[in-house]
Amino acid sequence: MCKKEELVLKDREGLSYTMSITKTIFSGFGGQGVLMMGYVLATAGMQEDKHVTYLPSYGAEVRGGTANCTITVSDDPIASPVASFPDFAVLMNTPSLMRFEGKVITGGTVFLNSDMVELRPKRGDVEVVAIPVNTIAERLGNARGANMVMIGALAQKTGLVSLDSVIKSIKEIFATKGAKVHEMNTLAIKEGAAFVEEQSSS
Amino acid sequence: MGKKRLMRGSHVIAEAATLAGCRFYAGYPITPQNELPEYLSGRFAKLEDATFIQAESELAAINMVMGASMTGVRAMTSSSSPGISLKQEGISYMAGMELPAVVANIMRGGPGLGNIAPSQQDYFQATRGGGHGDYRTIVLAPHSGQELVTLTMKAFDLADTYRTPVILLGDGLMGQMMEPVTFPEPIEPSALPKKEWTLDGAMERDSRLICSLRLDPFKMEQHNWKLARKYAAICERETEHESYLLDDAVVAVVAFGTAARIAKGAVNRVRKEGLKAGLFRPITLWPFPENEIRALTRSVKHILVFEMNFGQMVEDVRLSVGEKATVHFHGRPGGIISTPHEIADAITRLVYRHELC
Repeated sequence: MCKKEELVLKDREGLSYTMSITKTIFSGFGGQGVLMMGYVLATAGMQEDKHVTYLPSYGAEVRGGTANCTITVSDDPIASPVASFPDFAVLMNTPSLMRFEGKVITGGTVFLNSDMVELRPKRGDVEVVAIPVNTIAERLGNARGANMVMIGALAQKTGLVSLDSVIKSIKEIFATKGAKVHEMNTLAIKEGAAFVEEQSSS
Repeated sequence: MGKKRLMRGSHVIAEAATLAGCRFYAGYPITPQNELPEYLSGRFAKLEDATFIQAESELAAINMVMGASMTGVRAMTSSSSPGISLKQEGISYMAGMELPAVVANIMRGGPGLGNIAPSQQDYFQATRGGGHGDYRTIVLAPHSGQELVTLTMKAFDLADTYRTPVILLGDGLMGQMMEPVTFPEPIEPSALPKKEWTLDGAMERDSRLICSLRLDPFKMEQHNWKLARKYAAICERETEHESYLLDDAVVAVVAFGTAARIAKGAVNRVRKEGLKAGLFRPITLWPFPENEIRALTRSVKHILVFEMNFGQMVEDVRLSVGEKATVHFHGRPGGIISTPHEIADAITRLVYRHELC
């Protein structure tokens, strides 16, 4: 399931090389846990001994304004942490869709928070996975866990990192929040994964 | 080495400084390095022997570092381009007074207030002393999270060894990006070599004087020659660089910091197409590894310098190689981060134009 930029090239001796590097942009407004999703993905990648970088948008941002970050996961050392053309985009609100829709590479996947985004990408060369992450999180009694639902869905769909690594990462990241929060977030991650699993099988 | 931690570059510098035994920080906020003082304020609060001051200005901050350094404590400040310009007076004074300090410059776009995007616009300022006077500062240019650890810690050692300010030259990308890093064991300040020049009370010894004012021209000249000998010793002993795939290369890319990691990606790309390119990465920008670059010209006749500015280090490369190789330049000023693809194109064009394959 894993979609990667695979460059298979041959050198003069005919030996072939492969290079796999995947870039994901997370975007939404402040408070949706956009940067946390990126941090979880990067931490999970690190735990799988992959090369990872996390690059936030920084600067003159306002509280409640837009936030985004770019995560690179790679088998080889990462040259640039910037994604001009990301493989995956996780878009949590409509302005994010408008901003990043055109940047995703052909054949890439756009993950949409369908509770917040009514529009759909106009282009037909990307796969769209729409997930009502707020509805799912609220159903689980964990309204703040919408981003966890999304990261579960992303991991399941892309295979960038395993669900186990994601769950292990949040245990570490939220270590001070206690077992109850970890349990709720683990459930949210698994629900997100189950949602895309169900969608792809139906 | 401890466990891998995913950390922001600014935090890495702050943590590495603490582990190196730094116990004094003064600074004034500026993007994109605010996370450094933010982290350190919390980190120092937990240490009994550490002082963190958010000063009223950059000038105040550098002068506080100057005062702290006189007492022997490992001291640092940090800022970004415009703030570093404000600190230059103090850095010049400290060079004259022979005071150690670490100054981190997380460069942004400019000139003037510019923007907050990553650039390498302060190469000249950093490597030519920066302030007024006949002096140099050691300049270290990290290109990864892990190197932020090693070079920050090394900066404190070099500053103490040579009694001189050391500049850690990063950019917005180095400061903001998170990468996995590991840290070594901490160095306790009490375990550091004792400094025999500090101002710590002259009860049972002769009094000491630390100043940069020398009104007598002969004494001033004497002092300047002393500094010159020190800088010559640094040039002889302390250059550091990385060679990447240069053994069979016909084109060498020369780049530092963020530009170097992008160039490394570009070299990997063109290598896959069979083009023999390599990367020479100066780690110390001053002293500049000029002998090492000159040695390169035994096999390489074309050098491509890539910088995130419109051409500064390229002058040092030209001075190093003289007529022995042709030096080309590719640059993006103003806070643009080139893609590895763009640099790979520049290398490819060079190779075909000069029929190097």
